Amino acid sequence: MAAFVVLLVLLGGFALALVGIYNGLVTLRNQVKNAWQQIGVQLKRRHDLIPNLVEVVKDYMGYEQETLEKVIRARNQALSATGVQGTAAAEGALTGALRSLFAVVEAYPQLKANENVSKLQEELTSTENRIAFARQFYNDMVMRYNTRIQVFPSNLIASSFGFKDEAYFEIPAAEQEPVKVDLR
Amino acid sequence: MPRVACPTCGYQNPASYAACDLCRSPLRGQAAGAAAPPPAPRRDFYGEQSSNSRQSWILMAAFVVLVVFVAWATGEASGLGPVGLLFGLAFGTLGALLAYYAGDKMVLSASGAVEAAPDREPVLHNIVEELCLASGLPKPRLYVIESAAPNAFATGRDPARASVAVTRGLLQKLSREELQGVLAHEMSHVRNLDMRFATIVGILVGTVALLCDWGWRSWRFRGGRRSSGRGGAVLVLLALVLAIFAPLASRLIQMAISRRRELLADASAVELTRNPGGLAAALRRIAADPAGLEGANRATQHLFIVNPLKSYGIDSSALLSTHPPIEARIRILESMM
Repeated sequence: MAAFVVLLVLLGGFALALVGIYNGLVTLRNQVKNAWQQIGVQLKRRHDLIPNLVEVVKDYMGYEQETLEKVIRARNQALSATGVQGTAAAEGALTGALRSLFAVVEAYPQLKANENVSKLQEELTSTENRIAFARQFYNDMVMRYNTRIQVFPSNLIASSFGFKDEAYFEIPAAEQEPVKVDLR
Repeated sequence: MPRVACPTCGYQNPASYAACDLCRSPLRGQAAGAAAPPPAPRRDFYGEQSSNSRQSWILMAAFVVLVVFVAWATGEASGLGPVGLLFGLAFGTLGALLAYYAGDKMVLSASGAVEAAPDREPVLHNIVEELCLASGLPKPRLYVIESAAPNAFATGRDPARASVAVTRGLLQKLSREELQGVLAHEMSHVRNLDMRFATIVGILVGTVALLCDWGWRSWRFRGGRRSSGRGGAVLVLLALVLAIFAPLASRLIQMAISRRRELLADASAVELTRNPGGLAAALRRIAADPAGLEGANRATQHLFIVNPLKSYGIDSSALLSTHPPIEARIRILESMM
């Protein structure tokens, strides 16, 4: 009788631990999804700002059409990108294009003095920071989630219920270098 | 007393210490003829955070021990026993509750802070929203103090009801990167629940003071009569010594906790921005600024990112200072770069 009770208590405890680990995994996976959506919100904010910027800047920048076109092209590519890796690569390219555009703006005194431009520049600087912070938050979440999936004993439950590693939002190495602009 | 400078932060420690009293890095060369010490390890914010919060909790534990000891001694000396303890606790809690629920409004109005509209201060609002993304915190309410002295503070009892106030001078004199560092420090105070922590410590300090005062009076009221025998006399003597030194000791612990939380907020700010240089540059600029802050006083000095009333040099031990020496903070930040 006593042995039976002990067995029952052990089984109950085991089941409770199982449920706890499973629920913890689901919560973490949802947090990763939510963090990913936060990046999406900020990326959309940037996509929406770019047409305004191009509109304001294009009249001043007669000789710099190429830089502008690069930004527009990078934006269109970013709009159609899918998946974590594809989005990361396209958005990285857009970040690079925007940086060289702002480096060029620095060379135009009237442009720098324009109130609309400085407002847009602040908005875009802020958006760049938001994207970077949202990415940092997402990557931290992915690290926590992936670690939980890989460590014992939650790895047993993760593998039997199909929890899979999430991809990090990584910037291509080329985009991490500072921009070099040739101003003749 | 011979002193030795910490190799990491430059803080002057008593020569007998093995580790820096401020930043906990080992002090090299304290033993004559010892082998060459290993180079100071590169520090990261995760290590800074866990060591800082551990320190805070050790100090808190020391505090609770002190309060219990004082309460016990007061009860014995006054001959009333545990009633004294209850009385002291009730008074301390009452005052602290008021500070806890209305403190943020009192502090904001005392320093002349005015709520900042998003369209009037777009950069301030942008930077804070960015940091909210980095930290996952709700956006605090933002205030501006019309003063040329660059400074900032955070208040509010929990992250959902937090407020951050900055001076006009801070907005004008700091670059965007430096401003981000300062605001990250303030958001870290919010996230680390430092206001709540300070309130709890305040309750304990107040309780110690009240108990000592009360024990002292009741002993005099009874005409200094001895209780029973020699054991009682020793006890009364002990209680007297405590009544004199416990309030001072509790203030010292409170200041030590405040300094520890400042360092913790610096380390947490680096975790948010991953940019120790921004905050270091901001601290340097704030320290070099000659303008004084008009709205600050002794009751609010501990809130600000840099103490607006007094600044101690790096070679003083600054036992009663609410903030660590600013050069030491800058050096710790630079060691994280």
